[in-house]
Amino acid sequence: MKKTVQNLQVISHRRLNSDHVVLELKSDEKLDGILPGQFANILVDGSQKVFLRRPFSIYLVDYNCNTISVLIKAIGDGTRILSDQSIGNQLSVIFPLGNGFILPATPTKVLLVGGGVGIAALMILAKMLKENGHQVVILLGAKRIVDLVELEEFAKYGTVYTTTEDGTHGTKGYVTDHSLFREECSSFGKIYTCGPEPMMKAVARLALIHHVNCEVSLENTMACGYGVCLCCITETIDGHRCVCTDGPVFDIKRLKWQI
Amino acid sequence: MADLNIDIAGLKLKNPVLTASGTFGYGTEFEDFYDINTLGAFVVKGTTLHARQGNSYPRMAETPSGMLNAVGLQNGGIRYFVDHIYPKLLRFDTNILVNVSGSTVEEYIACAEQIDDLEHITGIELNISCPNVKEGGMAFGTSCPAAEAVVKSVRKVYRKHMMVKLSPNVTDITEIARVVENQGADSISLINTLLAMAIHAESRKPVLSTVTGGLSGPAVKPIALRMVWQVYNSVKIPIVGMGGIMNATDAIEFFLAGASAIQVGTANFIDPLATQHIISGIDDYLERHKFHSINEIIGELQL
Repeated sequence: MKKTVQNLQVISHRRLNSDHVVLELKSDEKLDGILPGQFANILVDGSQKVFLRRPFSIYLVDYNCNTISVLIKAIGDGTRILSDQSIGNQLSVIFPLGNGFILPATPTKVLLVGGGVGIAALMILAKMLKENGHQVVILLGAKRIVDLVELEEFAKYGTVYTTTEDGTHGTKGYVTDHSLFREECSSFGKIYTCGPEPMMKAVARLALIHHVNCEVSLENTMACGYGVCLCCITETIDGHRCVCTDGPVFDIKRLKWQI
Repeated sequence: MADLNIDIAGLKLKNPVLTASGTFGYGTEFEDFYDINTLGAFVVKGTTLHARQGNSYPRMAETPSGMLNAVGLQNGGIRYFVDHIYPKLLRFDTNILVNVSGSTVEEYIACAEQIDDLEHITGIELNISCPNVKEGGMAFGTSCPAAEAVVKSVRKVYRKHMMVKLSPNVTDITEIARVVENQGADSISLINTLLAMAIHAESRKPVLSTVTGGLSGPAVKPIALRMVWQVYNSVKIPIVGMGGIMNATDAIEFFLAGASAIQVGTANFIDPLATQHIISGIDDYLERHKFHSINEIIGELQL
Protein backbone atom coordinates (compact mmCIF):
# COMPACT_ATOMS: atom_id res chain seq x y z
CA MET A 1 0.00 0.00 0.00
CA LYS A 2 1.24 3.52 -0.86
CA LYS A 3 2.03 5.70 2.12
CA THR A 4 -0.75 8.13 2.99
CA VAL A 5 -1.61 10.73 5.58
CA GLN A 6 -5.13 10.19 6.92
CA ASN A 7 -7.32 11.16 9.84
CA LEU A 8 -8.19 7.88 11.53
CA GLN A 9 -10.90 7.51 14.14
CA VAL A 10 -10.26 5.79 17.46
CA ILE A 11 -12.88 3.02 17.54
CA SER A 12 -11.57 0.98 20.43
CA HIS A 13 -9.34 1.62 23.42
CA ARG A 14 -8.17 -1.49 25.27
CA ARG A 15 -6.15 -0.89 28.44
CA LEU A 16 -3.82 -3.81 29.16
CA ASN A 17 -2.33 -2.52 32.43
CA SER A 18 -1.45 0.81 34.04
CA ASP A 19 0.71 1.99 31.12
CA HIS A 20 -0.06 -0.21 28.08
CA VAL A 21 -2.96 0.50 25.72
CA VAL A 22 -4.06 -0.91 22.35
CA LEU A 23 -5.79 1.66 20.14
CA GLU A 24 -7.76 0.52 17.11
CA LEU A 25 -7.96 3.20 14.40
CA LYS A 26 -10.44 3.18 11.53
CA SER A 27 -9.80 4.48 8.05
CA ASP A 28 -12.50 5.67 5.63
CA GLU A 29 -10.49 4.13 2.84
CA LYS A 30 -9.83 0.54 1.84
CA LEU A 31 -6.63 -0.77 3.39
CA ASP A 32 -4.51 -3.34 1.62
CA GLY A 33 -1.13 -4.99 1.62
CA ILE A 34 0.34 -3.67 4.88
CA LEU A 35 3.53 -5.61 5.69
CA PRO A 36 4.36 -7.01 9.13
CA GLY A 37 7.02 -4.72 10.59
CA GLN A 38 5.75 -1.52 8.98
CA PHE A 39 4.91 1.43 11.21
CA ALA A 40 2.58 4.41 11.58
CA ASN A 41 3.63 7.95 12.53
CA ILE A 42 0.98 9.61 14.69
CA LEU A 43 0.51 13.33 15.34
CA VAL A 44 0.14 14.35 18.98
CA ASP A 45 -2.15 17.34 18.80
CA GLY A 46 -2.58 20.05 21.37
CA SER A 47 0.72 19.69 23.23
CA GLN A 48 3.37 22.39 23.27
CA LYS A 49 5.98 19.94 24.52
CA VAL A 50 5.45 17.41 21.74
CA PHE A 51 6.41 18.80 18.35
CA LEU A 52 7.09 15.73 16.26
CA ARG A 53 4.94 12.72 15.43
CA ARG A 54 5.44 9.49 17.37
CA PRO A 55 6.17 6.27 15.45
CA PHE A 56 4.46 2.98 16.41
CA SER A 57 4.67 -0.50 14.92
CA ILE A 58 1.47 -1.57 13.25
CA TYR A 59 0.24 -4.13 15.79
CA LEU A 60 -2.63 -5.69 13.83
CA VAL A 61 -4.63 -4.93 10.70
CA ASP A 62 -8.28 -5.76 10.11
CA TYR A 63 -8.93 -5.54 6.37
CA ASN A 64 -12.65 -6.24 6.79
CA CYS A 65 -13.14 -3.20 9.03
CA ASN A 66 -10.27 -1.14 7.55
CA THR A 67 -8.59 -0.66 10.89
CA ILE A 68 -5.03 -0.71 12.15
CA SER A 69 -4.10 -1.19 15.80
CA VAL A 70 -1.12 0.19 17.69
CA LEU A 71 0.24 -0.89 21.07
CA ILE A 72 1.29 2.15 23.09
CA LYS A 73 3.31 2.23 26.29
CA ALA A 74 2.96 5.56 28.08
CA ILE A 75 6.55 6.63 28.67
CA GLY A 76 6.75 10.36 27.91
CA ASP A 77 4.39 13.24 27.15
CA GLY A 78 3.57 12.11 23.60
CA THR A 79 2.79 8.49 24.40
CA ARG A 80 0.83 9.54 27.50
CA ILE A 81 -1.43 11.86 25.49
CA LEU A 82 -1.97 9.20 22.83
CA SER A 83 -2.73 6.47 25.35
CA ASP A 84 -5.41 8.70 26.91
CA GLN A 85 -7.37 9.12 23.66
CA SER A 86 -11.12 8.54 23.80
CA ILE A 87 -13.24 6.56 21.37
CA GLY A 88 -14.38 8.84 18.55
CA ASN A 89 -11.24 11.03 18.55
CA GLN A 90 -9.50 11.63 15.24
CA LEU A 91 -5.74 11.13 14.92
CA SER A 92 -3.60 12.21 11.96
CA VAL A 93 -1.63 9.12 10.95
CA ILE A 94 0.98 8.63 8.22
CA PHE A 95 1.15 4.97 7.25
CA PRO A 96 2.24 2.41 6.26
CA LEU A 97 5.90 3.38 6.57
CA GLY A 98 9.14 1.45 6.24
CA ASN A 99 9.88 -2.03 4.99
CA GLY A 100 8.67 -5.27 6.55
CA PHE A 101 9.89 -8.61 7.88
CA ILE A 102 10.57 -11.19 5.17
CA LEU A 103 8.60 -14.41 5.64
CA PRO A 104 10.32 -17.71 4.79
CA ALA A 105 9.43 -19.04 1.33
CA THR A 106 8.65 -22.57 2.57
CA PRO A 107 7.07 -23.84 5.84
CA THR A 108 9.66 -23.19 8.53
CA LYS A 109 10.00 -23.32 12.30
CA VAL A 110 10.65 -19.74 13.37
CA LEU A 111 11.40 -17.99 16.66
CA LEU A 112 10.05 -14.55 17.56
CA VAL A 113 11.81 -12.82 20.45
CA GLY A 114 10.19 -9.71 21.92
CA GLY A 115 11.24 -7.52 24.81
CA GLY A 116 9.27 -4.74 26.47
CA VAL A 117 7.08 -2.74 24.10
CA GLY A 118 9.10 -4.24 21.20
CA ILE A 119 6.52 -7.02 21.18
CA ALA A 120 4.31 -4.55 19.26
CA ALA A 121 6.12 -5.31 16.02
CA LEU A 122 5.70 -9.07 16.43
CA MET A 123 1.94 -9.63 16.79
CA ILE A 124 1.03 -9.09 13.12
CA LEU A 125 4.15 -11.01 12.15
CA ALA A 126 3.13 -14.02 14.30
CA LYS A 127 -0.36 -13.91 12.77
CA MET A 128 0.90 -13.82 9.19
CA LEU A 129 3.50 -16.52 9.83
CA LYS A 130 0.81 -18.83 11.19
CA GLU A 131 -1.53 -18.06 8.30
CA ASN A 132 1.28 -18.97 5.91
CA GLY A 133 1.80 -22.40 7.50
CA HIS A 134 4.95 -21.73 9.53
CA GLN A 135 5.57 -23.22 12.98
CA VAL A 136 5.75 -20.22 15.30
CA VAL A 137 7.55 -20.15 18.65
CA ILE A 138 7.29 -16.90 20.61
CA LEU A 139 9.59 -15.86 23.45
CA LEU A 140 8.61 -12.73 25.36
CA GLY A 141 10.74 -11.08 28.00
CA ALA A 142 9.98 -8.39 30.57
CA LYS A 143 11.24 -7.04 33.88
CA ARG A 144 8.27 -8.24 35.90
CA ILE A 145 5.07 -10.22 35.38
CA VAL A 146 2.98 -7.02 35.15
CA ASP A 147 4.99 -5.94 32.09
CA LEU A 148 4.12 -9.10 30.16
CA VAL A 149 1.06 -8.26 28.09
CA GLU A 150 -1.04 -9.95 25.41
CA LEU A 151 0.20 -13.50 26.15
CA GLU A 152 -3.20 -15.00 25.25
CA GLU A 153 -3.32 -13.03 22.01
CA PHE A 154 0.15 -14.27 21.04
CA ALA A 155 -0.84 -17.84 21.99
CA LYS A 156 -3.39 -17.79 19.13
CA TYR A 157 -0.50 -17.84 16.68
CA GLY A 158 2.16 -20.03 18.31
CA THR A 159 3.71 -21.56 21.41
CA VAL A 160 4.54 -18.83 23.91
CA TYR A 161 7.44 -18.88 26.37
CA THR A 162 8.35 -16.10 28.79
CA THR A 163 11.20 -14.79 30.86
CA THR A 164 11.11 -12.17 33.61
CA GLU A 165 14.10 -10.55 35.26
CA ASP A 166 12.64 -11.10 38.74
CA GLY A 167 11.40 -14.61 38.00
CA THR A 168 7.71 -13.82 38.60
CA HIS A 169 6.71 -15.46 35.28
CA GLY A 170 8.46 -18.07 33.16
CA THR A 171 12.22 -18.47 33.26
CA LYS A 172 14.11 -16.07 35.52
CA GLY A 173 16.55 -13.80 33.66
CA TYR A 174 16.85 -12.33 30.18
CA VAL A 175 15.35 -13.83 27.03
CA THR A 176 18.78 -15.15 26.10
CA ASP A 177 18.88 -17.14 29.36
CA HIS A 178 15.93 -19.24 28.13
CA SER A 179 16.63 -22.91 27.37
CA LEU A 180 15.33 -22.40 23.81
CA PHE A 181 18.68 -20.84 22.93
CA ARG A 182 20.75 -23.59 24.60
CA GLU A 183 18.76 -26.60 23.45
CA GLU A 184 17.09 -25.90 20.13
CA CYS A 185 18.42 -22.68 18.63
CA SER A 186 19.79 -24.45 15.53
CA SER A 187 16.38 -26.00 14.87
CA PHE A 188 14.92 -22.62 13.89
CA GLY A 189 14.99 -21.58 10.25
CA LYS A 190 14.79 -17.92 11.19
CA ILE A 191 14.74 -15.64 14.23
CA TYR A 192 12.85 -12.33 14.34
CA THR A 193 13.44 -9.92 17.19
CA CYS A 194 12.32 -6.53 18.44
CA GLY A 195 13.01 -4.91 21.78
CA PRO A 196 15.69 -2.97 23.64
CA GLU A 197 18.91 -2.76 21.62
CA PRO A 198 21.09 -4.73 24.11
CA MET A 199 18.52 -7.55 23.97
CA MET A 200 18.44 -7.54 20.16
CA LYS A 201 22.24 -7.57 20.02
CA ALA A 202 22.38 -10.54 22.42
CA VAL A 203 19.79 -12.42 20.32
CA ALA A 204 21.62 -11.51 17.08
CA ARG A 205 24.87 -12.83 18.55
CA LEU A 206 23.29 -16.19 19.37
CA ALA A 207 21.71 -16.34 15.92
CA LEU A 208 25.11 -15.78 14.32
CA ILE A 209 26.75 -18.44 16.53
CA HIS A 210 24.07 -20.98 15.58
CA HIS A 211 24.02 -19.94 11.90
CA VAL A 212 20.36 -18.94 11.97
CA ASN A 213 19.07 -16.09 9.77
CA CYS A 214 17.92 -13.19 11.88
CA GLU A 215 15.98 -9.98 11.27
CA VAL A 216 15.72 -7.16 13.82
CA SER A 217 13.36 -4.19 13.95
CA LEU A 218 15.11 -0.98 15.04
CA GLU A 219 13.57 2.04 16.71
CA ASN A 220 15.82 5.07 16.23
CA THR A 221 14.48 8.55 16.93
CA MET A 222 13.24 10.20 13.77
CA ALA A 223 11.61 13.45 12.67
CA CYS A 224 9.74 12.51 9.49
CA GLY A 225 9.39 8.74 9.02
CA TYR A 226 9.71 8.82 5.23
CA GLY A 227 13.38 9.33 4.50
CA VAL A 228 13.85 13.06 4.16
CA CYS A 229 15.17 14.28 7.53
CA LEU A 230 18.02 11.72 7.55
CA CYS A 231 18.01 11.72 11.36
CA CYS A 232 17.29 8.06 12.18
CA ILE A 233 20.34 6.57 10.50
CA THR A 234 22.06 3.36 11.51
CA GLU A 235 25.45 2.13 10.33
CA THR A 236 25.22 -0.63 7.73
CA ILE A 237 27.67 -2.32 5.40
CA ASP A 238 26.39 0.15 2.76
CA GLY A 239 27.03 3.20 4.98
CA HIS A 240 24.50 5.26 6.90
CA ARG A 241 20.96 4.15 6.11
CA CYS A 242 17.63 5.53 7.34
CA VAL A 243 15.84 3.24 9.77
CA CYS A 244 12.52 4.67 8.55
CA THR A 245 12.92 3.76 4.87
CA ASP A 246 15.70 1.15 4.60
CA GLY A 247 14.31 -0.36 7.83
CA PRO A 248 12.96 -0.55 10.42
CA VAL A 249 13.64 -4.22 9.69
CA PHE A 250 17.25 -5.16 8.93
CA ASP A 251 18.97 -8.48 8.37
CA ILE A 252 21.62 -8.54 11.10
CA LYS A 253 24.27 -9.27 8.46
CA ARG A 254 23.72 -5.75 7.05
CA LEU A 255 24.26 -4.00 10.40
CA LYS A 256 27.68 -3.02 11.66
CA TRP A 257 26.93 -4.18 15.17
CA GLN A 258 29.89 -5.12 17.36
CA ILE A 259 28.51 -8.45 18.58
CA MET B 1 -8.38 32.87 -7.34
CA ALA B 2 -5.66 35.48 -6.82
CA ASP B 3 -2.54 35.64 -8.97
CA LEU B 4 0.19 33.72 -7.14
CA ASN B 5 2.80 34.08 -9.90
CA ILE B 6 6.01 35.68 -8.78
CA ASP B 7 9.20 36.62 -10.62
CA ILE B 8 12.31 36.41 -8.46
CA ALA B 9 15.01 38.15 -10.46
CA GLY B 10 14.06 36.21 -13.57
CA LEU B 11 13.16 32.99 -11.79
CA LYS B 12 9.49 32.60 -12.68
CA LEU B 13 7.46 30.72 -10.09
CA LYS B 14 3.80 29.66 -10.42
CA ASN B 15 3.44 30.37 -6.72
CA PRO B 16 5.75 31.63 -3.97
CA VAL B 17 5.97 28.33 -2.08
CA LEU B 18 9.23 26.38 -2.17
CA THR B 19 10.52 23.57 -0.01
CA ALA B 20 13.67 23.97 2.05
CA SER B 21 16.76 21.93 1.35
CA GLY B 22 17.23 18.95 3.62
CA THR B 23 13.54 18.64 4.40
CA PHE B 24 12.30 17.40 1.04
CA GLY B 25 14.87 14.82 -0.05
CA TYR B 26 14.95 14.83 -3.84
CA GLY B 27 11.22 15.42 -4.17
CA THR B 28 10.49 11.84 -5.13
CA GLU B 29 9.91 10.91 -1.47
CA PHE B 30 6.73 13.05 -1.51
CA GLU B 31 5.17 11.65 -4.67
CA ASP B 32 2.94 9.23 -2.73
CA PHE B 33 1.45 12.24 -0.92
CA TYR B 34 0.83 14.81 -3.67
CA ASP B 35 1.77 16.11 -7.12
CA ILE B 36 4.94 18.08 -6.40
CA ASN B 37 4.59 20.02 -9.65
CA THR B 38 2.13 22.15 -7.66
CA LEU B 39 5.11 23.75 -5.90
CA GLY B 40 6.63 27.01 -7.08
CA ALA B 41 9.97 25.26 -6.80
CA PHE B 42 11.71 22.70 -4.68
CA VAL B 43 15.24 22.77 -3.38
CA VAL B 44 17.00 19.42 -3.26
CA LYS B 45 19.19 18.13 -0.47
CA GLY B 46 22.53 19.84 0.19
CA THR B 47 25.05 18.59 -2.35
CA THR B 48 28.83 18.64 -2.03
CA LEU B 49 31.66 17.87 -4.45
CA HIS B 50 32.58 14.64 -2.65
CA ALA B 51 30.23 12.10 -1.03
CA ARG B 52 29.65 12.66 2.69
CA GLN B 53 28.50 10.07 5.25
CA GLY B 54 27.25 12.80 7.58
CA ASN B 55 27.45 12.74 11.37
CA SER B 56 26.89 9.80 13.71
CA TYR B 57 23.60 8.94 15.42
CA PRO B 58 21.92 10.59 17.30
CA ARG B 59 21.38 13.47 14.90
CA MET B 60 18.09 14.83 16.16
CA ALA B 61 16.64 16.30 19.34
CA GLU B 62 13.05 17.39 19.84
CA THR B 63 12.83 20.75 21.61
CA PRO B 64 9.93 23.02 22.60
CA SER B 65 8.20 24.06 19.34
CA GLY B 66 11.11 22.84 17.28
CA MET B 67 13.95 20.42 16.80
CA LEU B 68 17.70 20.27 16.47
CA ASN B 69 19.40 18.42 13.66
CA ALA B 70 23.01 17.52 13.10
CA VAL B 71 22.81 15.57 9.84
CA GLY B 72 26.04 17.01 8.50
CA LEU B 73 25.23 17.18 4.78
CA GLN B 74 24.94 13.44 4.16
CA ASN B 75 24.85 13.09 0.37
CA GLY B 76 26.32 11.03 -2.43
CA GLY B 77 28.35 13.88 -3.95
CA ILE B 78 27.76 15.83 -7.16
CA ARG B 79 28.70 12.97 -9.55
CA TYR B 80 26.19 10.69 -7.85
CA PHE B 81 23.60 13.45 -8.11
CA VAL B 82 24.25 13.97 -11.83
CA ASP B 83 24.30 10.26 -12.69
CA HIS B 84 21.59 8.84 -10.42
CA ILE B 85 19.31 11.58 -9.09
CA TYR B 86 19.11 14.10 -11.91
CA PRO B 87 17.60 11.60 -14.42
CA LYS B 88 14.74 11.00 -11.97
CA LEU B 89 14.06 14.76 -11.75
CA LEU B 90 13.55 15.19 -15.49
CA ARG B 91 9.90 14.18 -15.25
CA PHE B 92 9.04 17.10 -12.96
CA ASP B 93 7.53 20.21 -14.46
CA THR B 94 8.50 22.83 -11.91
CA ASN B 95 11.59 24.75 -10.88
CA ILE B 96 14.28 22.70 -9.20
CA LEU B 97 17.17 24.31 -7.33
CA VAL B 98 20.18 22.41 -6.05
CA ASN B 99 21.55 23.41 -2.66
CA VAL B 100 25.36 23.48 -2.88
CA SER B 101 27.82 23.37 -0.01
CA GLY B 102 31.56 22.94 0.34
CA SER B 103 34.61 23.00 2.59
CA THR B 104 36.64 25.23 0.27
CA VAL B 105 35.88 27.83 -2.39
CA GLU B 106 37.27 25.41 -4.99
CA GLU B 107 34.75 22.77 -3.97
CA TYR B 108 31.86 25.22 -4.36
CA ILE B 109 33.16 26.18 -7.82
CA ALA B 110 33.61 22.59 -9.00
CA CYS B 111 30.13 21.66 -7.80
CA ALA B 112 28.46 24.73 -9.35
CA GLU B 113 30.20 24.16 -12.69
CA GLN B 114 28.72 20.69 -12.97
CA ILE B 115 25.24 21.91 -12.08
CA ASP B 116 25.50 24.69 -14.65
CA ASP B 117 25.47 21.98 -17.34
CA LEU B 118 22.15 20.52 -16.13
CA GLU B 119 19.39 21.96 -18.28
CA HIS B 120 16.51 20.95 -16.01
CA ILE B 121 17.99 22.66 -12.93
CA THR B 122 16.85 26.27 -12.89
CA GLY B 123 19.13 27.53 -10.17
CA ILE B 124 21.38 26.87 -7.25
CA GLU B 125 21.03 27.78 -3.63
CA LEU B 126 24.52 28.49 -2.37
CA ASN B 127 24.63 27.19 1.19
CA ILE B 128 27.10 29.30 3.17
CA SER B 129 25.29 28.59 6.39
CA CYS B 130 25.31 24.90 7.38
CA PRO B 131 26.11 24.73 11.12
CA ASN B 132 26.74 20.98 11.12
CA VAL B 133 30.00 20.53 9.25
CA LYS B 134 33.46 20.92 10.74
CA GLU B 135 35.01 22.78 7.82
CA GLY B 136 33.43 25.36 5.56
CA GLY B 137 29.66 25.60 5.59
CA MET B 138 28.67 28.25 8.09
CA ALA B 139 32.23 29.64 8.20
CA PHE B 140 31.58 31.14 4.75
CA GLY B 141 28.39 32.78 5.90
CA THR B 142 29.57 34.34 9.14
CA SER B 143 32.44 36.43 7.79
CA CYS B 144 32.12 39.13 5.15
CA PRO B 145 35.45 38.41 3.39
CA ALA B 146 34.71 34.65 3.24
CA ALA B 147 31.18 35.24 1.94
CA GLU B 148 32.55 37.66 -0.65
CA ALA B 149 35.16 35.16 -1.87
CA VAL B 150 32.75 32.24 -2.34
CA VAL B 151 29.88 34.20 -3.91
CA LYS B 152 32.21 36.08 -6.28
CA SER B 153 33.94 32.86 -7.40
CA VAL B 154 30.76 30.88 -7.98
CA ARG B 155 29.17 33.81 -9.83
CA LYS B 156 31.96 33.56 -12.42
CA VAL B 157 31.12 29.96 -13.30
CA TYR B 158 27.38 29.72 -12.67
CA ARG B 159 25.18 31.49 -15.21
CA LYS B 160 21.65 30.76 -14.05
CA HIS B 161 19.79 31.88 -10.92
CA MET B 162 22.05 32.00 -7.88
CA MET B 163 20.26 32.19 -4.54
CA VAL B 164 22.50 32.53 -1.48
CA LYS B 165 21.32 31.06 1.83
CA LEU B 166 22.39 33.07 4.84
CA SER B 167 23.19 32.02 8.38
CA PRO B 168 21.40 33.67 11.31
CA ASN B 169 24.45 33.00 13.50
CA VAL B 170 25.86 36.49 12.96
CA THR B 171 25.83 39.81 14.79
CA ASP B 172 24.57 41.81 11.82
CA ILE B 173 22.83 39.90 9.03
CA THR B 174 22.57 43.00 6.83
CA GLU B 175 26.37 43.24 6.42
CA ILE B 176 26.54 39.75 4.93
CA ALA B 177 23.42 40.37 2.83
CA ARG B 178 24.97 43.47 1.24
CA VAL B 179 28.23 41.62 0.49
CA VAL B 180 26.29 38.80 -1.16
CA GLU B 181 24.26 41.28 -3.22
CA ASN B 182 27.37 43.17 -4.31
CA GLN B 183 29.02 39.97 -5.51
CA GLY B 184 26.20 39.15 -7.87
CA ALA B 185 23.69 36.99 -6.02
CA ASP B 186 20.29 37.01 -7.75
CA SER B 187 18.40 36.42 -4.52
CA ILE B 188 18.92 35.74 -0.85
CA SER B 189 17.29 33.00 1.18
CA LEU B 190 17.20 33.11 4.96
CA ILE B 191 17.38 31.83 7.61
CA ASN B 192 19.30 28.58 7.92
CA THR B 193 19.17 26.94 11.37
CA LEU B 194 20.39 28.55 14.57
CA LEU B 195 23.35 26.95 16.30
CA ALA B 196 21.93 25.37 19.44
CA MET B 197 22.23 22.43 21.82
CA ALA B 198 20.21 20.05 23.96
CA ILE B 199 21.33 18.28 27.13
CA HIS B 200 19.97 15.10 28.70
CA ALA B 201 19.96 15.92 32.42
CA GLU B 202 19.72 12.34 33.75
CA SER B 203 22.74 11.06 31.85
CA ARG B 204 24.49 14.47 31.96
CA LYS B 205 25.28 14.03 28.25
CA PRO B 206 24.51 16.06 25.13
CA VAL B 207 21.58 14.67 23.13
CA LEU B 208 23.36 15.04 19.77
CA SER B 209 26.49 13.09 18.82
CA THR B 210 27.99 16.41 17.68
CA VAL B 211 27.01 18.23 20.93
CA THR B 212 25.65 21.22 18.96
CA GLY B 213 23.21 21.27 16.05
CA GLY B 214 20.83 23.51 14.15
CA LEU B 215 17.51 24.65 15.63
CA SER B 216 14.48 24.86 13.34
CA GLY B 217 10.71 24.96 13.64
CA PRO B 218 8.24 27.52 15.03
CA ALA B 219 10.69 28.37 17.85
CA VAL B 220 12.87 30.28 15.35
CA LYS B 221 10.09 32.08 13.43
CA PRO B 222 10.25 35.43 15.29
CA ILE B 223 14.02 35.59 14.72
CA ALA B 224 13.61 34.71 11.05
CA LEU B 225 10.93 37.39 10.57
CA ARG B 226 13.14 40.01 12.17
CA MET B 227 16.07 39.07 9.92
CA VAL B 228 13.97 39.04 6.74
CA TRP B 229 12.68 42.50 7.69
CA GLN B 230 16.22 43.81 8.32
CA VAL B 231 17.57 42.38 5.07
CA TYR B 232 14.55 43.67 3.10
CA ASN B 233 15.46 47.15 4.27
CA SER B 234 19.12 46.70 3.31
CA VAL B 235 19.24 45.13 -0.17
CA LYS B 236 17.39 45.42 -3.48
CA ILE B 237 17.51 41.78 -4.59
CA PRO B 238 14.53 39.52 -3.77
CA ILE B 239 14.37 37.58 -0.52
CA VAL B 240 13.13 34.05 0.01
CA GLY B 241 12.09 33.78 3.67
CA MET B 242 12.02 30.72 5.86
CA GLY B 243 12.11 29.71 9.49
CA GLY B 244 9.34 27.82 11.27
CA ILE B 245 6.64 28.31 8.64
CA MET B 246 3.92 25.78 9.49
CA ASN B 247 0.83 27.33 7.86
CA ALA B 248 -0.37 30.04 5.47
CA THR B 249 -0.58 32.70 8.19
CA ASP B 250 3.11 32.19 8.97
CA ALA B 251 3.87 32.52 5.25
CA ILE B 252 1.86 35.77 4.97
CA GLU B 253 3.88 37.23 7.85
CA PHE B 254 7.08 36.59 5.87
CA PHE B 255 5.65 38.28 2.74
CA LEU B 256 4.68 41.31 4.83
CA ALA B 257 8.21 41.42 6.28
CA GLY B 258 9.60 41.58 2.75
CA ALA B 259 9.97 38.04 1.40
CA SER B 260 9.02 37.55 -2.26
CA ALA B 261 8.71 33.80 -1.72
CA ILE B 262 8.97 31.40 1.18
CA GLN B 263 10.43 27.98 1.89
CA VAL B 264 8.69 25.35 3.98
CA GLY B 265 11.17 23.26 5.97
CA THR B 266 10.57 21.45 9.22
CA ALA B 267 6.79 21.42 8.59
CA ASN B 268 7.47 18.82 5.86
CA PHE B 269 8.46 16.38 8.62
CA ILE B 270 5.21 16.73 10.51
CA ASP B 271 2.66 17.28 7.78
CA PRO B 272 3.75 16.02 4.37
CA LEU B 273 0.87 18.05 2.88
CA ALA B 274 1.96 21.31 4.58
CA THR B 275 2.91 23.05 1.31
CA GLN B 276 -0.47 22.25 -0.22
CA HIS B 277 -2.35 23.78 2.71
CA ILE B 278 -0.06 26.81 2.61
CA ILE B 279 -0.57 27.44 -1.13
CA SER B 280 -4.36 27.33 -0.81
CA GLY B 281 -4.25 29.34 2.41
CA ILE B 282 -2.25 32.15 0.77
CA ASP B 283 -4.87 32.33 -1.97
CA ASP B 284 -7.66 32.48 0.63
CA TYR B 285 -5.89 35.32 2.46
CA LEU B 286 -5.42 37.37 -0.73
CA GLU B 287 -9.06 36.92 -1.73
CA ARG B 288 -10.32 37.73 1.75
CA HIS B 289 -8.31 40.96 1.76
CA LYS B 290 -9.23 41.72 -1.87
CA PHE B 291 -5.70 41.61 -3.24
CA HIS B 292 -5.33 40.52 -6.85
CA SER B 293 -1.73 39.39 -6.66
CA ILE B 294 0.83 38.16 -4.16
CA ASN B 295 3.01 41.06 -5.31
CA GLU B 296 0.67 43.49 -3.53
CA ILE B 297 1.63 42.31 -0.03
CA ILE B 298 5.41 41.91 -0.31
CA GLY B 299 7.04 44.24 2.23
CA GLU B 300 3.67 45.85 2.95
CA LEU B 301 4.07 45.77 6.71
CA GLN B 302 1.95 48.63 8.07
CA LEU B 303 4.15 50.59 10.47
